[in-house]
Amino acid sequence: MEYFVIIVGSIFVSNIVLTQFLGICPFLGVSNKLSTAIGMGGAVIFVLTLATMVTWIIQYYVLTPFGLDFMQTIVFILVIAALVQMVEIILKKVSPALYQALGVFLPLITTNCAVLGVAILTIQKQFNLLEGVTFAASNAIGFTMALVIFSGIREHLDLMEVPKGMRGIPIALVTAGILALAFMGFTGMVK
Amino acid sequence: MGQMQNFTKGFLRENPVFVLLLGMCPTLGTTSSAINGLGMGLATSFVLVMSNMVISMVKDFIPDKVRIPSFIVIIASFVTVVQLTMQAYLPSLYESLGLFIPLIVVNCIVLGRAEAFASKNTVWSSIIDGLGMGLGFAFALTLLGAARELLGSSAIFGINLVKGDLMLVFILAPGGFIVLGYLIALINKLNKTS
Repeated sequence: MEYFVIIVGSIFVSNIVLTQFLGICPFLGVSNKLSTAIGMGGAVIFVLTLATMVTWIIQYYVLTPFGLDFMQTIVFILVIAALVQMVEIILKKVSPALYQALGVFLPLITTNCAVLGVAILTIQKQFNLLEGVTFAASNAIGFTMALVIFSGIREHLDLMEVPKGMRGIPIALVTAGILALAFMGFTGMVK
Repeated sequence: MGQMQNFTKGFLRENPVFVLLLGMCPTLGTTSSAINGLGMGLATSFVLVMSNMVISMVKDFIPDKVRIPSFIVIIASFVTVVQLTMQAYLPSLYESLGLFIPLIVVNCIVLGRAEAFASKNTVWSSIIDGLGMGLGFAFALTLLGAARELLGSSAIFGINLVKGDLMLVFILAPGGFIVLGYLIALINKLNKTS
């Protein structure tokens, strides 16, 4: 039951992009086409889950026992950067097909604040490892879902006659606002 | 380009938020009121100035290959300084900005200026660039925060201005997106006519 609450809570109720404002840059940057949105989503699901797992282990087995909690920000961002680099190298060797699909998005993920944000949130919410991984994976799925829905809308938006000054980013932001409004309907579904 | 121009470019012509569209997450996440926006903007400005300064000092010693990780370590150190200082002296602001303080590390503006400006220019002009960009960012956040606060709770900086019905939605997430969308359209218009 507890896991169900975490999953529904982080995919719908407090969706990471539309209510928590994390990962807005890729949300606006790669949502022009549905296919790239799916690729980016896949890469984020993969890296975010892995990064949260690794940072959780580092937090509870290295930082806390040695009283180095104040190093959290520095250590986490370095771990994430190294991890992304490593995933890129391994993927290139092991599965060239997957690398073809996700490769271009991987370097962008280091500066995706959703990854660092979820890693820190997992520690703040004092989850155990399994809860943390569930939390991370469902947040990443929530991110992908928002991205895919939004790119679908934007593909249609391209065909519309938008007032000149609103073309591009302004209309995309207003659309995202309306989408966020729709997601507010989930508020209060789970605590 | 004169130092003065270097300083003022961050406000309108190359405003990091309205024109370059960098740092969107803190822009939307911390601007539910003008004071939060200002606090976040100033915290980011501090990190931007300090990291620009240090990076332009050490740029000749860092091998090209490891430049990005080194920049990140320098930036993360200053973020930790801000984080601990705010926690000690401004606990209520620290509470309300929450997660977005450590996330200054991954703010594209900071790394972007380090890579695009500080790694190629002198210490002095890097400081000016950081200050201009940082204050431009703070200006954008304060403007957005003020607009949202005015619409959502009819107040600016916590001072009540108008009595009337509140449009709470502007303080919540959807309002952030919508107000920013219209502000960017407005700034585009201003930049085009000037």
